[in-house]
Amino acid sequence: MPEMVDQIFVICKHWLLGFAPAGVQPIFSALLSVVPVLVVFPLLFAITTVLERKGLGRIQNRYGPNRVGPCGFFQPIADAIKSLAKEDVVPDTADRVAHFLAPLLLVAAAFLAYAVLPIGRNMVVANLNAGVLFFFAVGSMVELAVFMAGWASRSKYSLLGAMRAIAQMISYEVPLVLASVVVIMAAGSLSTVAIVNAQASYTGIWPHWFVFTPWGFAGFVLFMIAATAESNRSPFDLPEGESEIIAGYYIEYSGFKFALFFLGEYLGMFATSGMAITLFLGGWAAPFSFLTWIPSYVWFFAKLLTLIAGFIWIRGTLPRLRMDQLMNFAWKFMLPMTLLNIFTAGVWHFTPAGYARWLVCVALVVAPFLLLSRGLQQEKKYGMRSYRFAE
Amino acid sequence: MSSLTSYLLVSALLFSIGLAGALTRRNAILVLIGIELMLNAANLNFLAFWRYGPNPAALTGVMFAIFSISIAAAEAAVGLGIILAAHRHFKTTDVNQMNALKG
Amino acid sequence: MTVSFFILAALTIAGTVAAMSLRNLVHCILALTLGFAGLAALYLQLGAQFVGFTQILVYVGAVAILAMFAIMMTQRAGAVAQPASSSSRTRGWITGGMTAGAVFAVLAWAIHASAALPQTLPPQALPSQPDAGVRAIGNALMHGFVLPLEIMGLLLTAALIGAVLVAMQEKQEMP
Repeated sequence: MPEMVDQIFVICKHWLLGFAPAGVQPIFSALLSVVPVLVVFPLLFAITTVLERKGLGRIQNRYGPNRVGPCGFFQPIADAIKSLAKEDVVPDTADRVAHFLAPLLLVAAAFLAYAVLPIGRNMVVANLNAGVLFFFAVGSMVELAVFMAGWASRSKYSLLGAMRAIAQMISYEVPLVLASVVVIMAAGSLSTVAIVNAQASYTGIWPHWFVFTPWGFAGFVLFMIAATAESNRSPFDLPEGESEIIAGYYIEYSGFKFALFFLGEYLGMFATSGMAITLFLGGWAAPFSFLTWIPSYVWFFAKLLTLIAGFIWIRGTLPRLRMDQLMNFAWKFMLPMTLLNIFTAGVWHFTPAGYARWLVCVALVVAPFLLLSRGLQQEKKYGMRSYRFAE
Repeated sequence: MSSLTSYLLVSALLFSIGLAGALTRRNAILVLIGIELMLNAANLNFLAFWRYGPNPAALTGVMFAIFSISIAAAEAAVGLGIILAAHRHFKTTDVNQMNALKG
Repeated sequence: MTVSFFILAALTIAGTVAAMSLRNLVHCILALTLGFAGLAALYLQLGAQFVGFTQILVYVGAVAILAMFAIMMTQRAGAVAQPASSSSRTRGWITGGMTAGAVFAVLAWAIHASAALPQTLPPQALPSQPDAGVRAIGNALMHGFVLPLEIMGLLLTAALIGAVLVAMQEKQEMP
């Protein structure tokens, strides 16, 4: 019976596929795989906006939205109606074609990334041989969309925001990819399905997730930091820093296009979180062997919501970084850490299992962390703050 | 017309477009892009010959394409760096106006 | 020879032609990314999944963005190429176009007339799906192609350092 519930969507798909004539079956099958993704994740986006606003409200000692529906949970519907009904303003000097295409490209790239995420057992749109590579290739298309938006608006703030965003995304893409390399080394495959299968076994009740190894834990933390920067979220939200450049690259967008940017950004965040779950947190696998009767997709979304809660918490807690701090952090801390982490994974692979291996690998992770974070702290001699006034 | 021939024709067309761009455009960045296009045409040739060649298991074409892409990336980085340095010096990216060897 | 091949080829050619002929530099780069994406799709159709994704990652994600940065640093935003005197411009286009056309004619003739190319491939001679999996590529890189791989690493390091050195701000000369 648990298997039945676990596979219910797969069974449904095959049942529906039986009704299609033989000629259109491949297209129908693709459609049946894609449409749920197109429905579920925007829905998750709507739920997340409410949770985020309410959560941030609580952190900041206020209520958050509480007017529409029970406890304000119908707020996204009101927001959607508002953004649909708003006038779509295009600046006079804007490059109309690029201005129109940018939000579409952003959302399309964000949706494409879901093609390789295994949401449950046997539930993946495309089991590509080079799935992880596909994910990062699609992710790099987002930069292009951001640039188009910033440049086509012909506004100083947009261009500044786009330049900041691209510099940040390129810098943090390097640690993002390098942090996932350790998992690819351990699983011996670029296919997301194979990576999840490599983690889906248990010793006693404990799972074989990659996060429960020294290199896996360091990789997970580094991956999540880089993912926060990739999705332009606080504390890395310089590209859209409201107090500095208003809203960055989408300042000149209004109405539904603005909503599309919002959607694309959140979809990107969900996709990178989903990739973190796939790579480090065992994908759809249950955390304990006695909980495997709960369907696999429930576990995936539970993990996803946990990571989203973490994102919201971080956003409510940390202040925004400065541009030079951002770049220093990427190149002087993240990059050496990820490279050393790859070395650690190699050491782990080639030493026999036992306590000695744990000791060596933990030392290999902790020592560089201490050294690098100390190194960043040096040369910082804070003197009295001096004020300069305009003359 | 076989599949291989059509791929080769597309590649030849791509090469010619890149060549025309590199010869006629006057902005140094676009000249560099034209050269990149010619490299890409070569990549398409490698892959087409690998796919339709007698020995696809050898993967030689794929390897050549991968190395060629890495070389193109290095070339783009160095080339654009040189263009930036030249722009600082000549205050232009027009290749016709970069005509002095001595600064 | 399928419909998808023709669509992708047309997309690639259209993108690259636009990239080489548009006036606005940023439009050129945007059209170029379209061409690169079409080319990546052609690679996918040839069965080279790894190369296709690498193409998108390197060209759309890195080279195009790099070129955009170069344009932004050297041009005012939205500037078009400086209009030259129209006669020299047309002369340039005619010369360049004719050279490229001649090259294409020779290449097309060579492809068409070559005896080495099988004119019609028998279907059974075509490998349905050659094994270009990531594992096979990795094995090839680590066994047969180790030396090129190492040299490539050296080249990329040298290019990284070289590009930084070349593009770095020149030191102000002492008076």
